[in-house]
Amino acid sequence: MKTAEHPEQASKFVANDQRAHWHDQALWFVREKRDRMAVSLPEWEQLRSAASQIKLHTVSRLADYLEQFEQNATKLGAVVHWARDSEEHNQIVLSLLQKAGAKQVVKSKSMLTEECHLNPFLEAQGIEVVDTDLGERIVQLRKETPSHIVLPAIHIKKEEVSETFHEHLQTEAGNNDPNYLTEAARNHLREKFLAADVGITGVNFAIAETGGLVVCTNEGNADLGVSLPKMHIACMGIEKLVPHAADLSVFLRLLARSATGQPITTYSSHFHGPSPGSELHIILVDNGRSNLMGSEQFRNSLKCIRCGACMNTCPVYRRSGGHSYGTTVPGPIGSILAPSRDSKAHKSLPFACTLCGSCTDVCPVKIDLHHELLEWRGEIHRRGQLPMSKTVPMKLTSWMMRSPWLFRWVGAIGKFCLRHLPRWAIYHGLNPWGKQREMPESPQQSFRQLYQIHESKKASDE
Amino acid sequence: MQVALFIPCYIDQLYPRVGMATLEILERRGCDVVFPAAQTCCGQPMSNTGCNSDARPLAERFLEIFAPYQYVVAPSGSCVAMVRKHYDEFLSGRPGFEELKAKTFELCEFLVDVLKVESWDGVYPHKVGLHSSCHGLRELGMGKPSELVGVDFSKPGHLLAMLDKIELVKPQRPDECCGFGGTFAVNEEAVSCMMGKDRLQDHLSAGAEVLTAADMSCLMHLQGLSARGKMPLQIKHIAEILNESEAKS
Ligand code: SF4
Repeated sequence: MKTAEHPEQASKFVANDQRAHWHDQALWFVREKRDRMAVSLPEWEQLRSAASQIKLHTVSRLADYLEQFEQNATKLGAVVHWARDSEEHNQIVLSLLQKAGAKQVVKSKSMLTEECHLNPFLEAQGIEVVDTDLGERIVQLRKETPSHIVLPAIHIKKEEVSETFHEHLQTEAGNNDPNYLTEAARNHLREKFLAADVGITGVNFAIAETGGLVVCTNEGNADLGVSLPKMHIACMGIEKLVPHAADLSVFLRLLARSATGQPITTYSSHFHGPSPGSELHIILVDNGRSNLMGSEQFRNSLKCIRCGACMNTCPVYRRSGGHSYGTTVPGPIGSILAPSRDSKAHKSLPFACTLCGSCTDVCPVKIDLHHELLEWRGEIHRRGQLPMSKTVPMKLTSWMMRSPWLFRWVGAIGKFCLRHLPRWAIYHGLNPWGKQREMPESPQQSFRQLYQIHESKKASDE
Repeated sequence: MQVALFIPCYIDQLYPRVGMATLEILERRGCDVVFPAAQTCCGQPMSNTGCNSDARPLAERFLEIFAPYQYVVAPSGSCVAMVRKHYDEFLSGRPGFEELKAKTFELCEFLVDVLKVESWDGVYPHKVGLHSSCHGLRELGMGKPSELVGVDFSKPGHLLAMLDKIELVKPQRPDECCGFGGTFAVNEEAVSCMMGKDRLQDHLSAGAEVLTAADMSCLMHLQGLSARGKMPLQIKHIAEILNESEAKS
């Protein structure tokens, strides 16, 4: 997949200053809520450590836990399927739908099915798929993709939602009242729930010890979506596993606080086998995850519980919008996951970062996000995917810096030019620094020159 | 106490006054300060761009140049973070490397942790905004990042608060990144400048007359934006403020 580079997309987003600031503030508001919630638990940092250790342990023995999970889930009456990649995943879903004779499907937010591009695949087969999470439904009606993994429609203003609903759900034009719009969506979705043949959900946590699943939502749509139809298909990445039911106490406390600043999601629904008279299918999807497992540098990124906190805090994400990343999962974690699938197509993402480290400190499972991003930069260089515009200047600078006399000499010339060249020779299209910023003022002497004067003065004083 | 000054390349060339302020502060505290003239650059720009093979020879030079000294002190959190946090890849296992990491300090850290400065005989009658530069804050642990739960502290803030008549103003976002990020400032010019302007605005709204930080690179970017925007803000490295306050008192 060819994607445009992040800087290009980001500058388009920034060009609309008002919108970019609105987006930044909306997400910062969530980040602040998260801070208040984190502080309300004095044991917060211990929880993070515990979560990190549990996940690390699980990832290191993932094959065993997956097997245990499969056994226990099967015992409970679920059918477990394995998919190597997104194509296999989509095929399995399709064959299950065909077996059930399904024409209409309701889905509750699942980033995995986004990752696998399930919707367009099913639609091409003549199956109607309705996303039932409100934000996701808005995005779907607008024929867009989510711009955030927890707040999929965070880039859309309520006026725009009103327009979309007016067009698709025949709501009153110009009525921007969130209550009115939510009510309209609720009525619309109720019809879809009633008509659905199959419900598809994502999975937040799968428990090896019991074979059960947990799905967290704020709207209860996952419950509705799977209670009415006779078939529930749960799609999960293989990293969603936790070993024991008791581990949930750690993760459920961290997840909602980190994601939205709520103490807990409104619904944490547990599914242990199918409900009487219906079927439960669980699809375990790899799609590149086992590559990460084998990589010492990037294995940690498999600990991710997809809370989205790293996006909310990322100063670059907040100002460039989720779509600028050109991936299903944007932001810091997305910039690590995307290159692991295709480093050439996503080579600009690890550079869409100032290495400020806020993501690392906010992450509830302690993924060393900014260091992994830095690792990726090195990896992209090693793979020969770094453009010459980056490699050549670095090579030259490195050469210069290896000889102090050359450094002094180039420094002196540079300073002279800064002082004496006319403005147009310094501020032009080829100097991105000078577009919105002044260059530093150039002093007459370097530090090393001043230091020498200082030293000889000290010597003569003695 | 013998201190080797590590003056980052761009400070040497563009902000010699920051280097001089560092030198004067340390000498006044009785340190025997030297500047090894063979030093150039720590290799951070190359390493941050992923060009590790170009950073390696600079890391090797750095070890050779600074190994003989008792302490290494630099007025730059991010360059010190390069040595302490990112040199492992190049130097791990080399004789003297573990010692180098343990003896290399950012100026504020050195004043607080090694020299144990507990009072500062200085006057600085200004409203000052402190920008917590990310690398110092999060890589070196010079303060508590706002995301973590725990006891609040800031080593640069602690030093500034000792000055007489100073008023430290509080921005709304305590430690958001200024958007410099090394080559990021050029590579992602649009986002970088928006971040910088937001940072400046936050400090201006809090009432800052002077904006300071322990990293001149962030300040170079913020200064560039502030000058272009003709903002009523003076921009100074923390070493300059500490040094000036003392000279005046
Ligand atoms: S990387 Fe961490 S902060 Fe980001 S989504 Fe995953 S768990 Fe949340």
